[in-house]
Amino acid sequence: MVLTSIINLSYLLGALAFVVGLRRLSSPDTARRGNLLAALGMSIAIIASMIYPFSNADNNYIWIGGGLIAGTLIGLVAARRVQMTDMPQMVSIFNGLGGACAVVLAMIELVQFYGGVAKSTQELVVIVLALLIGAVAFTGSILAYLKLDGKVSDSQVTLPSHSLINNLLLIITLGLSIYLCVTGGSLFIALLLMAIALIYGFSFVAPIGGADMPVVISLLNSFTGLSAAAAGLIYNNNIMLIGGILVGASGTILTVLMCQAMNRSLFNVLIGGFGGNAATSKAQLGEQVAREVVPNDAAIQLFYSQSVMIVPGYGLAVAQAQKITKELDDLLETNGVSVQYAIHPVAGRMPGHMNVLLAEADVPYPKLLDLDDANDALPNTDVVIVVGANDVVNPAALDDPGSPVYGMPVLNVWEAKNVIVLKRSMNPGYAGIENQLFFHPRTKMLFGDAKASIQKLVSEVKGLR
Amino acid sequence: MEGILEFFNNNLYIIYLLIFTIILGFEIISKVPTVLHTPLMSGANAISGVVIIGAIILIRQAQSDDYFTLGAGTLAVVLGMINVVGGFAVTDRMLEMFKKKK
Repeated sequence: MVLTSIINLSYLLGALAFVVGLRRLSSPDTARRGNLLAALGMSIAIIASMIYPFSNADNNYIWIGGGLIAGTLIGLVAARRVQMTDMPQMVSIFNGLGGACAVVLAMIELVQFYGGVAKSTQELVVIVLALLIGAVAFTGSILAYLKLDGKVSDSQVTLPSHSLINNLLLIITLGLSIYLCVTGGSLFIALLLMAIALIYGFSFVAPIGGADMPVVISLLNSFTGLSAAAAGLIYNNNIMLIGGILVGASGTILTVLMCQAMNRSLFNVLIGGFGGNAATSKAQLGEQVAREVVPNDAAIQLFYSQSVMIVPGYGLAVAQAQKITKELDDLLETNGVSVQYAIHPVAGRMPGHMNVLLAEADVPYPKLLDLDDANDALPNTDVVIVVGANDVVNPAALDDPGSPVYGMPVLNVWEAKNVIVLKRSMNPGYAGIENQLFFHPRTKMLFGDAKASIQKLVSEVKGLR
Repeated sequence: MEGILEFFNNNLYIIYLLIFTIILGFEIISKVPTVLHTPLMSGANAISGVVIIGAIILIRQAQSDDYFTLGAGTLAVVLGMINVVGGFAVTDRMLEMFKKKK
């Protein structure tokens, strides 16, 4: 009795640690401690569930211990090895595994049910919920990983009239679920349901691409939370319920915030509207010539300017150019040039992606301007360097209603006195949309790998001193 | 109708818990600066690995000769633990960088 009370109290403490930890994660000064606190809460919860007294239980500690050790080792090695640039992919995979965990649990419960263990309709509903949501989160996250990693392109997995197929899959999944919960179904039905839910997860993410990927990861994150909460209902466990719902709710609100940053509705994102009608705005472009600049001229321009604004994008991450960018920054600062960074909310593949990368390169926090501050500062900026960003600096968002990015808040870099765009080639960006900025009278292009180009700028600037 | 009312009365505690936790989750996140969105998403993702508790309870209550449940349950523990440990470790790595510059 005493032990049970202590354990229930531990669960309460664990849940509190989740709440306070998440709260602290929301401020830069306390974030790290918040994360550790949440991890502590999780440890308490795991230990409590290990010693909770069950009557007549076999316990099987060896199996649990083996699983815990294996999972810890794999998780630590993966977390240690991953490059900062590949962070979104890593989070996506971890998220998928959490979903897979819920799927396995639900399937075990169903196998036991068909093996003769009685379960009420209410319990079946909860099990099926955990199965469905977990399955969608699992395969959806895996596809999101493959897409982010460039292993799969949007067109490879999108079928004609894809949304019709998705709706059909959804209807079949829901129909089968209701049938299973009402009649009890059979093991075959359960396996079929799992298979279709897994396919649906894949198919659900398939048409979504381009700049919408962060939104999807966030949404799938909240799905995993919900599946954990459903599993919490299976085992009547409060900390699973609270942890799962917290993640479900926070993931949902984060998803909505990201949609707002792009001025798009979640519905619009989910049917894969992005890049859908790119053809209409491409047509009007015709033959335009972008002006090139050589590193030497660009370096002189930078050296003799008062203020420089760097706009990082995914290209910076791919080229691993964050450290050399910081070097250019330091070099210019020592010569009296003020250098700042304009961070678009959805630059990169995840909100805050650029902040993490620049923090890795020791760029001081106050130098990073958010969208509104950057747009206020841009008209007074001498030179803007766009490093591998594209869609977030596309003027079509303001003046071309035919463009898929129309309505999305962007960085108005063309208001600055000069713009230098570092880019590999004239190919359109990740979302596949042409960008009028490259032909703007104030814009000059510096072609090449972002890291190599900045390296050249650094050595040219050094030569000027 | 009666069934719904009965369900409501029997699960009043769970329903309270759900509603308050949802509101709490919304409130916590709506005040987060964009800078911290990636670490936050990653940290929240680690917390969703709490599903591992279910796997532990399941294995503990299984018969010691029920190899299907033990094997599949252990798989679930491994998956959940990767999510938990990897998630917290990656989040810590990201946040470590934010700290360094001050």
